[in-house]
Amino acid sequence: MRVALFVTCLADLMRPGVAFAALRLLEHGGCTVEVPDTQTCCGQPAYNSGDRATAMALAKKVIGEFEGFDYVVAPSGSCGGMIRAHYPELFRDDPALQKRAEALAARTYELTDFLVNILKLDGVPGDFAGTVTYHDSCSGLRELGVKAQPRALLAKLPGVKLVEMDEAETCCGFGGTFSLKFGEVSTQLADNKCGNACATGADAIVGGDLGCLLNIEGRLRRRGDMKTKVLHIAEVLAGRSD
Amino acid sequence: MELRSNEFKPRAAANLLDEKLQRGLGLIKVKAVVNRASAVAEFGDFESLREVGKDIRDRALADLDLYLERFEREATARGAVVHWAENASEACRIIVQIARDNGVKKAAKSKSMVSEEIGLNDALIEAGVEVIETDLGEYILQINDAEPPSHIVMPVIHKTAEDVADLFHEKHGTPRKTDPAALTREAREILRPQFLSADMGISGANFIVAETGSTLIVTNEGNGRLCTTLPRLHVALTGIEKVVQTLEDASVLLRLLPRSATGQAITNYVSVHTGPKRLEESDGPQQFHIVLVDNGRSKLLAGDMREMLRCIRCGACMNHCPVYQAVGGHAYGWVYPGPMGNILTPSYVGLENAVALPNAATMCNQCGVVCPVKIPLPDLMRKLREEQMARGLKPWAERLGLALWGWAAQQPALYALGTRIAVRVMKWMGGSEKLIHRLPFVSGWTDGRDFPAPEGQTFRELCRARRTNELPPAAGGREPGGGRDARPESQPQNSAAKVTIDAHIAAHPTACSRSATGSRKNASAPAPRRSPARWRSCPPCRRCRAPWRATWSRTTCPPAASSGPACASSTGSAPASAWKTARRAATTSSASPAVSAPSPKPAR
Repeated sequence: MRVALFVTCLADLMRPGVAFAALRLLEHGGCTVEVPDTQTCCGQPAYNSGDRATAMALAKKVIGEFEGFDYVVAPSGSCGGMIRAHYPELFRDDPALQKRAEALAARTYELTDFLVNILKLDGVPGDFAGTVTYHDSCSGLRELGVKAQPRALLAKLPGVKLVEMDEAETCCGFGGTFSLKFGEVSTQLADNKCGNACATGADAIVGGDLGCLLNIEGRLRRRGDMKTKVLHIAEVLAGRSD
Repeated sequence: MELRSNEFKPRAAANLLDEKLQRGLGLIKVKAVVNRASAVAEFGDFESLREVGKDIRDRALADLDLYLERFEREATARGAVVHWAENASEACRIIVQIARDNGVKKAAKSKSMVSEEIGLNDALIEAGVEVIETDLGEYILQINDAEPPSHIVMPVIHKTAEDVADLFHEKHGTPRKTDPAALTREAREILRPQFLSADMGISGANFIVAETGSTLIVTNEGNGRLCTTLPRLHVALTGIEKVVQTLEDASVLLRLLPRSATGQAITNYVSVHTGPKRLEESDGPQQFHIVLVDNGRSKLLAGDMREMLRCIRCGACMNHCPVYQAVGGHAYGWVYPGPMGNILTPSYVGLENAVALPNAATMCNQCGVVCPVKIPLPDLMRKLREEQMARGLKPWAERLGLALWGWAAQQPALYALGTRIAVRVMKWMGGSEKLIHRLPFVSGWTDGRDFPAPEGQTFRELCRARRTNELPPAAGGREPGGGRDARPESQPQNSAAKVTIDAHIAAHPTACSRSATGSRKNASAPAPRRSPARWRSCPPCRRCRAPWRATWSRTTCPPAASSGPACASSTGSAPASAWKTARRAATTSSASPAVSAPSPKPAR
């Protein structure tokens, strides 16, 4: 099974460890993982900003780079959602490209979704011990149906206790460029999320999208909380989160 | 209503600091969100109902002209008078004319958002007609100097009972009371005579039914029924998109509307108005006028925003919108707040007059998943953003930033160079705390949040560095014939495949770290395994000369290998602790490039 890892911009730039963790999990599941070297961005920032031309150019590039693989896996519901839920629509006026986009979309998965539903992993190599609370990122949850998958994987780690926070499915306020354009509102939503997460007393806030996690961590630290960890689910599952 | 949508940002920021408002807004989650969730759970297959609701609305919109004509025919045949208003001023003119023609001095209104949209109260007052809002929420707003509503279903959700207590005490001159039931009773006592003395009753219409020429309203307070039956004239005012084909269709939508709006299975009152009072009837108006307003709707029908016309005005999108919940309805600066307003306001008043609104959403799609008629609200907002881009309505800095970034992202080499520089600079900015407290151009983020600093090297860079430093050119010969990472020998080994091998080393640095720290320095580090025969052709690590796969932990051994020749370390320490030990060892030395490279684990 040849799987291409879609690293995502944020993992590439901000947290390479998340990409390495994803790689490790995929290999653990028996995949031959390849990382196309020229990948940059899925185009979502342009798409959500109304710059359709740039989004299409980047989508075309991604399709060219990734269409030769059995599966494409991204450690992000947001980027995975972009490819799976929006690429076909992006090329609505170009039937040939739309067909390729649809083919790619059908083979593209968010990491935990892939681990659970395609690889059907029996166990994960992680060794995290402690309480965690899981933030459901919007795109993963509502575009790709990622809800039970990360929880099922966390349940395979004997040292992990999951405590659900209130409003786990409510947006953390990141929203890509929204977090910059409407800083006050975005901060308020992040603050609500931090409040709900910290109320669980969990050692770590875990999520599947780095955008949300950076937003939550940024607010958490500004609130003065230097203790609560903010971790990507891949880091917890792959065993490099301590 | 005064249009202030271009002030969204400052008003939203101010509202966040308004503690009283925040207390009021807190009720939305308690009331609307929780109640809807229980009503939906109790109903069962609400998803199918949403699908049917969507189809009903789509069917009505597909032949809107035919249904409207049929509605007019049926309503006229039953004695009603149907008026067509192309825009707000025409709608106001029609209603003022009806009032003048019939010597109307007082009008009692039940709740109508279209009346807010067209500014009906001001037009009637200007024509000398006294207007009384009889919906409790609207009444509270009216006596508070005609404050605009902040929600389409719960117009005073931004006010607390304390606010209303103060207002009633001040305006009614009665003793101050805070019990909501007592406040409601007080308002009722004041309003009841108004119904009796009003010449004209004005209502909206949740739906208009083509097959019977009826208008239909749902209310909870009973004021709607009094407004539409007691005064001698009834004017029903609504948008042209509210038509449905049959009463059967309306009944399906009635199952969706209250559940989505307030979590009720059905509202206290559902009133269907078909024609004026007939000779044999004892109640009802002598005249029944129906004013159908276009005001931009037919333009939507022909464009990208067509799906928005499915809206049945339940307010679920705003109830569930985290932005609305945080800033309240007034920040949106016009009649329709929340996600629906992000689309309707620019569509009706012009995109240039509501520039912020299509962008005032995180695209979380919470609105889309609760919408009873499945309007893809984020998709529509995105289309408006595209229009903003095409019309140059986006700030130049955003357009320039997007253009530069978009261009760079299409040049992988340049992008790699740019990001390598950026992550280094940002790592330096983060200092020992690894947090950036202030960043130029993105104060929107750093005013309220720190920015977690990057690790200092990009993932792609780490991969590439390891490929260059660690791998002999023979990398393509790895794992012939098997193993869980094996590929068919005929498959070409491209650069992507090589990166994978480097990534293996990055993820499993044990082999290289051993060479850096001395193989016996760490007693707990796993000894090199005796490789299964078929791994032997793997290229060795350049420094430690051990086959690079030889130190893989048992958990990553292919199942076939575990039944093959025993690996020395596969019976040793647990894989994860082996990895950690190796990492600790690695961080004690900077002799090797592989060791000095940042750990794949993000240090938090």
